[in-house]
Amino acid sequence: MKTYTNPTYEYRRAPELDGPTRHCQVVIVGAGPVGLVAAIDLAQRGIPVLVLDDDDTVSVGSRAICYSKRTLEILDRLGCGEPIARKGVGWNIGKVYQGRELAYQFEVLPESGHHRPAFVNLQQYYFEECLVQRALELPSLEIRWRHEVSGVVPDADRVTLRVTTSDGDYALTCDWLLVCDGARSPVRHMLGLDFEGQVFRDRFLIADIHMTSDFPAERRFWFDPPFHPNQSVLLHRQPDDVWRVDFQLGWDADPELEKQPARILPRLRAMLGPDAKFEIEWASVYTFQCRRMQKFRHGRLLFAGDSAHLVSPFGARGANSGVQAADNLVWKLELVLRGHAPECLLDSYDSERVAAADENIQNSTRATDFITPKSAVSRTFRDAVLSLARCYPFARKLVNSGRLSVPKVLSQSPLNTPDGATFDGSMVPGAVAADAPVSGPRGDWLLDHLGGGFDLLVFGDVVDTVRAAELARGPIACRVVQVGGIERHDRIVVDDHAGLVAARYDGKPGSCYLFRPDQHVCARWRAFAVDAVHAAIARATGQ
Amino acid sequence: MTEAIFDMAALKTGSNIPKPDDFYEELIGLHRELTDAQSALVNAKLILLLANHIGDPDVLRAAMAAARADVVGTA
Repeated sequence: MKTYTNPTYEYRRAPELDGPTRHCQVVIVGAGPVGLVAAIDLAQRGIPVLVLDDDDTVSVGSRAICYSKRTLEILDRLGCGEPIARKGVGWNIGKVYQGRELAYQFEVLPESGHHRPAFVNLQQYYFEECLVQRALELPSLEIRWRHEVSGVVPDADRVTLRVTTSDGDYALTCDWLLVCDGARSPVRHMLGLDFEGQVFRDRFLIADIHMTSDFPAERRFWFDPPFHPNQSVLLHRQPDDVWRVDFQLGWDADPELEKQPARILPRLRAMLGPDAKFEIEWASVYTFQCRRMQKFRHGRLLFAGDSAHLVSPFGARGANSGVQAADNLVWKLELVLRGHAPECLLDSYDSERVAAADENIQNSTRATDFITPKSAVSRTFRDAVLSLARCYPFARKLVNSGRLSVPKVLSQSPLNTPDGATFDGSMVPGAVAADAPVSGPRGDWLLDHLGGGFDLLVFGDVVDTVRAAELARGPIACRVVQVGGIERHDRIVVDDHAGLVAARYDGKPGSCYLFRPDQHVCARWRAFAVDAVHAAIARATGQ
Repeated sequence: MTEAIFDMAALKTGSNIPKPDDFYEELIGLHRELTDAQSALVNAKLILLLANHIGDPDVLRAAMAAARADVVGTA
């Protein structure tokens, strides 16, 4: 590639080859986006973590490129949101064309007053590099490159691993194994676990090209364009003047043939015009599947990311949902490891993320069915929708070139305390905290002040010093974040100068929201009562 | 974007279906395992049922004009 050279991370001989078997609290298989996010989060919480990867570099070729607002918010808490947001290309506009004509355009995030944009585009190798750099800063985090897990024996009280290296095999044991080893998941195969779903009979060519162009940073999607008739094309801008082009090829396309530059170049030339100057950085032909494991927790094994669930690329729901899965899992695992919550809390990881995977798979399948109609009548309806979309707003809602990743509202979660009062807006129990501009000790955004542990967001000075101290005590502490009022040493006070916190949370005076460590709402009240907060925390931690 | 050039006052063209993606999935699902001829028949019956439900001739005429417009180039 012209714009990027993969780093090589150093293989080191395992001390266990010459000494006793080591026991770890947590081992993570796979140093991809999901494994690294989980590892950083655990290490930030002071849990020692060992990551094993069968390779010694980051992603070869770009693969995932669209990172969502929610991913950036999670990474902000992990100390790597800023470098990724700065390097990435932010975008918020999607345009959908039929033939030559613009059928409609949409804003992914239609309101302002959020720190992070709807999406940034960034090559997966940069994304992973940022995570590796952050991981290397954390003393309790060790990554072993070219240490391949070749055997897994799960028992009731521990997991035993066999690890293969160029110097020989060694054994490790651990309390918990996080399986983040990707779509082909060797660990899932070793254990013969199910992976049910649907394979789509279509092929796509993905080409990352280097090109200087003044196309704006927006997502462009064509149905049936003149330069690629009867098929779809997707265009995204990435950093370093790299562009992602995705051509639908149809099921009958020969994947080996279509990977050849001699086949790719004419397609690009037809799209970009005779004068465009470009070079191919990386290309691949892929098919895709929507499938998931029946359960993401198997005793002491916890599956996260592509190892557990696969979606089509339309909607950017692969890597983004994997990052959310890690965010969901790690705080629960910490509480279990420290003995502050029962092991059954981890079953809520399974139920919450299975529900999220089903939502992602449903959205992904619907988009795929729209982009790749499976029958003549389905295609007729698709073309009718596109035709009507030019004139009529109702039809624009039906056009589906990918419903772009938004975090799952965990409204059915057993960890939620049901509402006892009425609230307006979307901050229902299970929702991810909406951001808003504030002035506060940790930064200019509300989300800078939430997360990591439990937080009670209160509107007004309704928690006295004694109660604030009581909430801060105990194994599962809860911090008070107060909107408005004078600074106090026993809580965080933020100034809602734009009024958007009150607006987005229907924050009438006295209202309280309890947030989990992953910034999801788990309870809310119109008046503060310390016993109710304790009960909601107990419920949210499986007690 | 082109503007409609006939009287659309009677016809709702803003989004009126609460969950558009759910509806579309059901609509496509309605045709599962049908031949093209069967699908055409199902569509015709569906239009007649909905037209009867709507009843208002102005609405039906506006919808028919809108449906035909792009297909023949000019309305």
